[in-house]
Amino acid sequence: MKDALEIGGRCFQSRLLLGSGKLSSDALIPEIAARSGAEIITVALRRIDFKSASANILNHIPKNMQLMPNTSGARNADEAVRIARIARAAGCGNWVKIEVITDNKYLLPDGYETVRAVEILAKEGFVTLPYVSPDLMTAKRLVEAGAAAVMPLGAPIGSNRGLKTKELIRILIDEINLPIIVDAGLGKPSHACEAMEMGAAACLVNTAIAGASDPVAMAAAFSMAVQAGRQAFLAGPGAETSFATASSPLTGFLREGIGH
Amino acid sequence: MSFYETYQTFRQILEQAGKASHGPDQIQRILQQSTLKPWDLYALLSPAAAPFLEQMAQKAHRLTVQHFGRTILLYTPLYLSNYCTNFCRYCGFNAENPIPRKQLSPAEVEKEAQAIAETGLKHILILTGDARQLAGLDYLKSCIAVLRRYFTSIGIEIYALETGEYRELIAAGVDSLTIYQETYDESLYQELHPQGPKKDYCFRLDAPERACRSGIRSVNIAALLGLGDWRTDAFFTGLHADYLQRTFPEVEVGLSLPRMRAHAGAYQPLYPVKDAVLVQIMLALRLYLPRAGIALSTREQAGLRDNLIRLGVTKMSAGSTTRVGGRTQAHDDVGQFEIADERSVAEMQARIQGLGYQPVFKDWQPI
Amino acid sequence: MPIALTINGEEHQIQDRLSVAALLAQRGLDPNAVVVELNLAILPKEAFAHTLLEEKDRLEILRFVGGG
Repeated sequence: MKDALEIGGRCFQSRLLLGSGKLSSDALIPEIAARSGAEIITVALRRIDFKSASANILNHIPKNMQLMPNTSGARNADEAVRIARIARAAGCGNWVKIEVITDNKYLLPDGYETVRAVEILAKEGFVTLPYVSPDLMTAKRLVEAGAAAVMPLGAPIGSNRGLKTKELIRILIDEINLPIIVDAGLGKPSHACEAMEMGAAACLVNTAIAGASDPVAMAAAFSMAVQAGRQAFLAGPGAETSFATASSPLTGFLREGIGH
Repeated sequence: MSFYETYQTFRQILEQAGKASHGPDQIQRILQQSTLKPWDLYALLSPAAAPFLEQMAQKAHRLTVQHFGRTILLYTPLYLSNYCTNFCRYCGFNAENPIPRKQLSPAEVEKEAQAIAETGLKHILILTGDARQLAGLDYLKSCIAVLRRYFTSIGIEIYALETGEYRELIAAGVDSLTIYQETYDESLYQELHPQGPKKDYCFRLDAPERACRSGIRSVNIAALLGLGDWRTDAFFTGLHADYLQRTFPEVEVGLSLPRMRAHAGAYQPLYPVKDAVLVQIMLALRLYLPRAGIALSTREQAGLRDNLIRLGVTKMSAGSTTRVGGRTQAHDDVGQFEIADERSVAEMQARIQGLGYQPVFKDWQPI
Repeated sequence: MPIALTINGEEHQIQDRLSVAALLAQRGLDPNAVVVELNLAILPKEAFAHTLLEEKDRLEILRFVGGG
């Protein structure tokens, strides 16, 4: 049986999602995409700047990749909904990464507004992947609202600090019956591997790849780390040596015939 | 939303996949996990887990102490009425059984309450058959009004109610519901409950959810072990409790492990559950649901009950009788089933302390 | 006679009876690479050619860029 990541009715072989921001040149995207094996890539929607007309990023993104426009810039649910609708009208499918941020210092997501946006957009047929802090009750509300996955942050966006929220993400993995995709904060392949070993469904990486001296090589490294972590998770942690005990202090009574 | 959807999904998988085989490696791996998925529970109920009972017991003991400390909550059942309009094939109160029928008046309830209160118990579980015309809501409320003066926690184990009815009884002072699905096997359930109000499988299955929506503090569910294939019934009991815990995080969800006892009437269990099997079921459920309370009644013998304390039990009945008025009136009738552990509350208290546990009489009082 | 309208939050003067398609062409923009919102309503690409801009219109012309 193939180990596929299923989101919004589509199956993916790769469990590494790419962010396309902060690259020195969009022209790097095809090679990064190829070396990472990623099948899902985020993009953002911006007003055109007439003064510096630049090329269309979509020309650089391989056609078979699933585009996931984000709602960056949205400060509340209504703005996120508006951005999502515009993105869909652009003809790039119905996926959307819901991102609502009002906190400019830590760039932490606004869970309440995010849930509201998912409620509206899921009803309109969007495949919604909300970016949130790893909070169990928020995640449960996202499930009810119809989210296709939950994307908790490992650390603040762009911080490269790793899986700082590990214990909280573990709770989401245990309790939430949707793919848990660790988004934001993963700075090194070992961070992504750790998340995958723990049972995360996938990782979304942007800054750590875009900011590397060699983004293409770093994309390949993340790809291997995500695969290694996934395989380790599937293999199951090796059972620690359990010493056979001659006596059975808790269940010995079953053999002594107490009861019957 | 209803647990019935989850039930159907898993039942279909079980029917299509047949019996999955499990290996010792898999059981060892499951024992290393911090949380278990539904199929892990199924594996722990399988024959492959039987050789691992001691390892399961060690972990179950650890988890139970971690979540509940070394405590055992004591409660006792109070049978108010044995009138019944159901025909449950396995039950001593079956409408067809020619047993003397009785229903306590509020004054008689008070006498029983006094007798129980003298033992120090504060948690009481009231039981009736299924006869709404006689033991309806108004009757129950008048009994509850009496019992509130003696007990801090009142549970009900009665016929399934509608949401609004649960709300009424909760307002009257009830804080917990015990209701057993008996068997999760829907077709067997139909056979065992040929007529009477209890015939409706889904109405009973959804009763704990209705009580949760009505604001109850705790619910206790179970299958009557021995009626159907115990492996499947224990599996669905676990899934049902997990569903309730997830859907109603504010409600305390507990399980009971009632094993069929001999009783008036000819019905004998189709799938007798041996001690080792009872232990396996309890351990598997404890590992799957570390924070669920587990109740063990006086259906079980004293020696076995004592041994099970360290394996995951958190609540025990004591000084029980399954007769209506069994504590204050002459024994001219028969009980719902036979009691195996006839120790008094004081004896139970001493024994629990002797095992290094604290007997708890009062763990809850609504304010 | 030019008309005044808002494009991407800025005041612009354009000639009267200009279509959205013509405006995009003037600015050197590929109509397939942009999304246009006119007065908060998304404008389908098929409507670019026959939608004429009017005084006080609020036009948003957006495109996809890199983002995480």
